[in-house]
Amino acid sequence: MTREEFLKGFQEQFDDTDLSLINLETNFRELDEWSSMMALIIIAFIDENYSKTLSGEDFKNCTTIEDLFQLLSNK
Amino acid sequence: MALLEVQNVQIRGISACVPEKKIRTVDLDFFSNEDAEKFIQNTGITQRHISEGDSCASDLCLQAAEKILTELAWHKDDIDILIFVSQSSDYILPATSNLLQSRLGLSQDCFCLDVSLGCSGYIYGLSLVSNLLQNIKFNRALLLVGDTISTYTSKYDKSVYPLFGDAGTATAIEFDIQSNCNWTFDIGSDGTGSDAIKIKAGGSRFRTNKNSFDLKDININDPSQGKRSSVDLQLEGIDVFNFAIKKAPNSIFNILKYVSKRTDDIDYFFLHQANLFMNETIRKKLKVDKDKMPNSIQNFGNTNGASIPLTIVQSFNNLIQKNNLSVLLCGFGVGLSWGSVLLNLNKSLKTNMSYYHG
Repeated sequence: MTREEFLKGFQEQFDDTDLSLINLETNFRELDEWSSMMALIIIAFIDENYSKTLSGEDFKNCTTIEDLFQLLSNK
Repeated sequence: MALLEVQNVQIRGISACVPEKKIRTVDLDFFSNEDAEKFIQNTGITQRHISEGDSCASDLCLQAAEKILTELAWHKDDIDILIFVSQSSDYILPATSNLLQSRLGLSQDCFCLDVSLGCSGYIYGLSLVSNLLQNIKFNRALLLVGDTISTYTSKYDKSVYPLFGDAGTATAIEFDIQSNCNWTFDIGSDGTGSDAIKIKAGGSRFRTNKNSFDLKDININDPSQGKRSSVDLQLEGIDVFNFAIKKAPNSIFNILKYVSKRTDDIDYFFLHQANLFMNETIRKKLKVDKDKMPNSIQNFGNTNGASIPLTIVQSFNNLIQKNNLSVLLCGFGVGLSWGSVLLNLNKSLKTNMSYYHG
């Protein structure tokens, strides 16, 4: 899994957000389209593509997409 | 993995009852039109029927039971078992099943039992009833499964309040030596996840006191998530989701492996209705076509243990016509707890849908 692939996959989960607003340093919770439901969509994307599980606690500890990537890489 | 097998029982009828009052997702004042549209697209929930505290789960189940008894022309004296599965009982004590025995006018010889389970409760209820029916004393049973959980959610909790609807159901089950039926169950429990879905105060661990009803920020770092009190339902969506997308497919595959069948051999899959996106994720893992997995969440939201029988009632007349449908039911959630069962639904199954006027 590369950073670029992960970022691209992350971006693809959004329907109504300008992709240039989503980069590795983005605080994803500040995106207008973010919601508790988006969190589930990201979890499913990670489960499907990387066969890894992010817990609610894991998620709370992440602010940026880079944080999520780092966490996944260490799982 | 706990596998159980039970023979010679048949579901004769299923009835569902919801409060007449409904709330449409687009009318929720904390959602913008865009928020509402997105919420509907992901969860599937366009509306829910809610009790607003003027009806209990027992009232909805009672009406559902009366309807199905009439439909089947079963005499009340012939009901040997009444099991009430709910997490919104009338009282801390006595058990609601005792009250329902009397309100329904059932015999004093009736075996009555309350079971405290939510989303997996229908499957556990079926396992209990079908096992009890193996006893020579018992012939006919009513399994009443219902909740009014919407009344336990905070109106200021944006991620929980829009999800839950209220419903009561009644399933009429009979011992029938000629039916050649064979039900196979897989059931399980994982209490390490107990915080994922919880109402903290009001039981004996945390009795209610004058502070129990204070509304507090759900996330102190993010007040936009809303407020709830310690007597309101808390839901950790991510943890529930992770649990469901693993345990539900595993449980279903456990049964299929045990009976040496494939998903193609099953006519329909009825899953607990928690969230359409969640069920779609599970469906993809099972590699099952959409038309083999009916949903009712669109019109009723998450109705806890009632969601599976409610979905059967809603869809039964539109299913393919076959003498015996092979169906797999799977419930998962609060506990955490899960259960699946493979059984047959006969073409003669009676269904009934009604609305509670209070």
